Amino acid sequence: MNAKNISIVSGYILEEESAMTLAELCWTCQTPAETIIRMVDHGVISPLEGKSSRQWRFHRSALIRADKALRLRRDLGINLAGAALVLELLDEIDDLNGKLNQLMKSNL
Amino acid sequence: MEYKDYYKILGVDKGATQDEIKRSYRKLARKYHPDVSKEADAEVKFKEVGEAYEVLKDPEKREAYNQLGANWKAGQSGFQPPPDWEQNFDFGGGGYTQGNAQDYSSFFEDLFGGGGRGGAYYSSGGAGRGGFQAKGENVRARIMIDLEDAINGATKNITLQVPEVNEKGQVINKTRTLKVKIPKGIKEGQTIRLSKQGNPGMGGAEAGDLMLEVAFNPHRLYTVDGKDIYLNVPVAPWEATLGAKVDVPTPDGKKVGMKIPPDSQQGRKLRLKGKGLPGKQPGDFYVVLQIALPPSSNPKVKEYNEKMRDEINFNPRSYLF
Repeated sequence: MNAKNISIVSGYILEEESAMTLAELCWTCQTPAETIIRMVDHGVISPLEGKSSRQWRFHRSALIRADKALRLRRDLGINLAGAALVLELLDEIDDLNGKLNQLMKSNL
Repeated sequence: MEYKDYYKILGVDKGATQDEIKRSYRKLARKYHPDVSKEADAEVKFKEVGEAYEVLKDPEKREAYNQLGANWKAGQSGFQPPPDWEQNFDFGGGGYTQGNAQDYSSFFEDLFGGGGRGGAYYSSGGAGRGGFQAKGENVRARIMIDLEDAINGATKNITLQVPEVNEKGQVINKTRTLKVKIPKGIKEGQTIRLSKQGNPGMGGAEAGDLMLEVAFNPHRLYTVDGKDIYLNVPVAPWEATLGAKVDVPTPDGKKVGMKIPPDSQQGRKLRLKGKGLPGKQPGDFYVVLQIALPPSSNPKVKEYNEKMRDEINFNPRSYLF
């Protein structure tokens, strides 16, 4: 293990960084704009603002969702509509689990 | 080398048809997909299942694998394929046909070849991306932190398995240790983005990012919901009725005197504004009252409760009828 490997790296909280454009999102996900536009059409991600795709601005968390949708499509052979449904259901499960934990804790 | 029972991994028997294998693989892939499953070792299982399917879906590889399996006895820890075992089989284009090369075990590599033997491709995140320059793949990992780390900020060591291509073109996993600064006020489920700490880019392009998804270790006392922190505090029935002042620990390690108003019911939430997770808009800290009953084995408790029963006119169930 050399010294370079253990220097401290600091990052940003992704969710609190500034919004990103379509081009930035494409570059970070390494995916063509058409795919991102189709993801928006299917509701996998939605832009914060902007009427046309040129003006779109995305929340940073869209990057995580887009990445997840791409992996689900690649690994499980589902299309983007299916990936959108999976992500929505996963969000719902997370939400319910959170509430359940809260309830279990307060009923101890 | 550890022998891997691909049939067992896919949960099928040796006589399974190709369709059965495919169905079983799809089912398990859905179950263990790291983005879907909540199991801690989902990623490992997902890769295992993918590797098993990679062999069993191909009749030629499956046949070769079956011949090997016949020479292997259960309980045998080390496994060596017989020399020249593959001379009867021609694996054509090489080991991998899908997925990332670094996902396969050394068992697989020894049997069907790694990057150096069969001309397998090394994918930096999926085919079809084209171009001579490509930004490195974003790498994601999960990091468990304590609530105190989020409140005070901290540095944590994380260890990553990083695939690297050596001069022979083989993909080898290297261990990389990073000291990561945990930003103060980070919440459960948020992601720390470490710019350019992901996989290296191709053709001189910049490296991908490392995305660390943050989860909290369960805390002995506190529960966290977004930026708010909750603490259950037991109180005696008379404290709840008459009001009291009790000492309560706060998440920042201090202690505060908390005033319990008279007539506090079970579950009443008392808020300490801004004492939750720190940030531009800090969360709140909630004390949730839990009424604890003294045991009736204590004669005094029995006596006073009997007195209350006989002398106080109180029907908590009046609304039921």
